[in-house]
Amino acid sequence: MTAPAASFRSSPRVAIEPALLPWCALIALTALCLVLKTDFPWLVTFPKEWTLPLAAGVNAVTDAVVTVVQPAFRALSAALEAPMRGARLVLVWLPWPAVMLAVAALALKSSGIRLAVFALLALTYILLAGYWPQSMSTLSLVLLAVPISTVLGFALGVLGHTRPGLRPVLLGALDLMQTVPAFAYLIPLLLLFGFGPVVGLIASAIYATPPMVRNTLLGLDRVPSDISEAGLMSGCTRRQQFWHVEVPTALPQILVGFNQTTMAALSMVIVAAIIGGFEDIGWEVLSSMRKAEFGQSILSGLVIALLAILIDRLTIGFAKARPAGPTAAMTWMTDRRLAIVLALAAALAIAIRLLWPNETLLPATGLRMQVGGINQWLLGLVRDCAWFFDGLRDGVLYCLLLPLRIGISGAAVPAIWGFTLSPTANATYAVAVLLACALLLHRFNWRPALALLVAGTLLYTGFLGFPWPVFILGIALLAFQVAGLRLALFAVAGFLLILVNGLWGALVQSLYLCTLAVLLCLVIGGALGVWAAYSERVSRILKPVCDALQTMPQFVFLIPALMFFKVGEFTALIAIMLYAIVPPIRYVEHGLRHVRADVVEAVEQMGATPVQTLFQAKLPLALPVVMLGLNQTIMAALSMLAIAALVGTRDLGQAVYVALGKADAGMGLIAGLSIAFLAILADRLIQAAVAGRATT
Amino acid sequence: MTAAPIKLACRNVWKVYGRRPAYYFDSRGYIIEPDALAERLRSEAHLPAVVDATFEVATGEIFVIMGLSGSGKSTLVRCLSRLVEPSAGEILLDGQDLLKATGKELIELRRHAMGMVFQNFGLLPHLTILGNVAFPLKIQGRPEKEREARAREMIALVGLEGREASFPHQLSGGQQQRVGIARSLAVGPELWFLDEPFSALDPLIRRQMQDEFLRLQRMLKKTIVFITHDMAEAFRLADRLAIMRAGKIVQIGRPADIVLNPADDYVAQFTEDMPLLRVIKAGDLATSLNGSAVPEESVAAGASLEELIPRLASGVRAFSVPGEGAGPPALLTAGAVLAVLEREQTRRTRS
Ligand SMILES: Nc1ncnc2c1ncn2[C@@H]1O[C@H](COP(=O)(O)OP(=O)(O)OP(=O)(O)O)[C@@H](O)[C@H]1O
Ligand SMILES: [Mg+2]
Repeated sequence: MTAPAASFRSSPRVAIEPALLPWCALIALTALCLVLKTDFPWLVTFPKEWTLPLAAGVNAVTDAVVTVVQPAFRALSAALEAPMRGARLVLVWLPWPAVMLAVAALALKSSGIRLAVFALLALTYILLAGYWPQSMSTLSLVLLAVPISTVLGFALGVLGHTRPGLRPVLLGALDLMQTVPAFAYLIPLLLLFGFGPVVGLIASAIYATPPMVRNTLLGLDRVPSDISEAGLMSGCTRRQQFWHVEVPTALPQILVGFNQTTMAALSMVIVAAIIGGFEDIGWEVLSSMRKAEFGQSILSGLVIALLAILIDRLTIGFAKARPAGPTAAMTWMTDRRLAIVLALAAALAIAIRLLWPNETLLPATGLRMQVGGINQWLLGLVRDCAWFFDGLRDGVLYCLLLPLRIGISGAAVPAIWGFTLSPTANATYAVAVLLACALLLHRFNWRPALALLVAGTLLYTGFLGFPWPVFILGIALLAFQVAGLRLALFAVAGFLLILVNGLWGALVQSLYLCTLAVLLCLVIGGALGVWAAYSERVSRILKPVCDALQTMPQFVFLIPALMFFKVGEFTALIAIMLYAIVPPIRYVEHGLRHVRADVVEAVEQMGATPVQTLFQAKLPLALPVVMLGLNQTIMAALSMLAIAALVGTRDLGQAVYVALGKADAGMGLIAGLSIAFLAILADRLIQAAVAGRATT
Repeated sequence: MTAAPIKLACRNVWKVYGRRPAYYFDSRGYIIEPDALAERLRSEAHLPAVVDATFEVATGEIFVIMGLSGSGKSTLVRCLSRLVEPSAGEILLDGQDLLKATGKELIELRRHAMGMVFQNFGLLPHLTILGNVAFPLKIQGRPEKEREARAREMIALVGLEGREASFPHQLSGGQQQRVGIARSLAVGPELWFLDEPFSALDPLIRRQMQDEFLRLQRMLKKTIVFITHDMAEAFRLADRLAIMRAGKIVQIGRPADIVLNPADDYVAQFTEDMPLLRVIKAGDLATSLNGSAVPEESVAAGASLEELIPRLASGVRAFSVPGEGAGPPALLTAGAVLAVLEREQTRRTRS
């Protein structure tokens, strides 16, 4: 009876939890590092002399391996060249009326009249804009990459399902494939296969395989035991069980995988134009962007967007049954009728080519030839509105980007902010941060206070001025407390690898760019999500916008960003945000809408105001879902990093991009792996945090 | 009473989940003391889902296995069809050891000798009702005409004519389970396993499906192993029943044996709410005539005591219960019925 009483008396108001102690030590270390940093600059900038020539080592190994295996891969390349050229020839040969007929029929079968009309309009636009042949050659690459990825992904998924022992290896490989930026493995592919469209094809096939594997695995794992047992009790042999019971039951999920694979292949085919230089739509966008021909880049970007939406809706239509059942048009288009229409289209194609063998049948001058005026107008618009766009850019640059990068201490110089900080101002800042921390400590607990302290310090020193030993130890400590020793070791190993490769600067650039993009996405997207959760109308408007943004290949986002803000870090930020803003909107809205109604009612019953209900009941309850959204946002931002390098950044993405230009496989791989490392670390941390909340 | 031949016999069957269950069963020649072994398994991070199950099912009998959730019923019935591989024991189907059957033989057995109905129906979502019922025949490679005719016959048997072209998700739960029943009967198996077939259904539909099931059984005379956790259902359907607890069969017997002589407190508690008068049938209390005169009033052996009350009230002192076949009738005295009535009364007041 005495023990509880005693402990009660001796416990202070703010209990010193064991978890807090290492953080205190770390804070002391930070202060020490910051004091010593003028005398020991290596605490902040990792010295060049300490780096190890790992990239060169990787290159030496690659060179040795490549010379040995190159003939085999070149042979494969040659073998793939033929079907590729064939597919391209066929698609370009097909006269557009035949293509339109076939696609419209497929659309009718997949999702009904509306999609068929959309398909016709989209194809007509492509035709009139003058990008028909380019689109067809892009499609030919997609058409070849998708079957390769589908078959490969299905086979790997089945392997993972039947051999649970292989699963960790498989899942690890998938994680890497999905997080290493494609530019990074384009380099070894280039070395192996040589320049040309085949590399684009293979890169697309690799990039597009993981979703198929994951969905196949998921589908097969989720076959209800009652169904598989019913199959066994019907006397199925193993093969019958697989093909007649498991695969058909898993088919809807597998088709979802097919949809995702197709979209990934399209996205990658377009990105791969960077090395290709063959006549396709990605190349059109890229070259017009490089020449600052905004009219053309918008026209061709729109082609990509339309193609993406069309392919997405087509495949998803086949994958998912409409909740309301098939429409009349869909039931009318039976398999037989579809076959007949497709045969008709083929006959039409042959007839047209026989009757008019020398006609291209394409409009002589597409819209793209007449965009001189549009270009002028756009340039004029950009010039006229420069005060706005430049103002926005400079505002964000000076108020957000620079302070985050070089810190308040770095930005407060005459050249940037026009003034320097007096010692009093410095002291005021420190006192203000500490006071706010104390307030948080008093009202909540040490965690938010600590977070604020870290943020305050980071804002003062900037990401670039923050001592790296503290950074690594801090992340490791966080990983240890959230997810355990293994993740902490993983974090330390990853950061050390980056450090010794001399990529710390690029890493910090990436971190601050991504952090800012993610924070802004969370704030803006979160606000939109909350709004959509409360207003049906906003939800209805946002939904198609989000759908469209999510189907867009990453490349497309560069166009508007570049047009209005020219080359630079801010442009990259905008492009990243455009790509990464969808998850917060979606997940916040979903989370808020699906909060348990009884809890909300109970809170309202207590007399809470709507704002109180939102912040004290709904958002905390929706937190796990919102965290998943955060996870997705981080993944999207990191994957956009490499693409955004095209518009000028100084981060890991740029390191990959530069390595690609120099065919430096070692540097490309290491920088690519660094991005993958960041993505996997963030993913595991958030998952562990969500799981930890769920168990407590 | 001429005993029907044994269709299925289960001898000392064990199923243990865990890291290396085989380790505990390779000691040939030992006499295993079941409770001690189960205790040891549990203490060593293994889960004995079925503990030393031994029973026999006669041809044409409805054998019900009942127990709480997690007591191992599903595992046991899956051992009988070898969907789950038992860790130890012997299962004899028509005298043949099922556990020695090769993969091929097993497939043949499942194709012709066994049918099974599942709690969540287990219908294939991509096939129509007709396709689902014809599925086992398709797997055997029967010609399309034949399997379709047979499937239609089965669908008619369960009263779903007209729904052949529907897909499973368009049917209600009760209808889906009828499809499951039709499918399991399509190959005409002699042995029929039902794992909680009606548990996912509403009480009203469940009742209706039980009647349907009894009607089918009167027509088809299958040998049935029926799993349920619903006591009323068990006592309603069973010829004999087994009660499981934590993997172990604690009592086997006819419903009347179990309510009248529960093996332990667990069973007694379990069956406490079963109305004796409804569970016990006239045949259960009948004794041989021993030379006395055959009473004029007669009742069927299957009539419950409840039905006799009005006649007792009108002064009948004894009934004759006709024996099976040409056997001599048996005698049921009013005293025996009243004894049960009295017992029911004391049970009521106690609880
Ligand atoms: N594959 C498995 N691996 C490990 N344990 C299992 C497995 N299958 C079943 N069990 C365990 O075996 C025990 C018996 O399960 P079983 O499904 O046979 O119970 P049940 O009596 O059918 O219960 P219910 O009424 O819920 O269906 C349970 O404790 C279950 O957790
Ligand atoms: Mg069960």
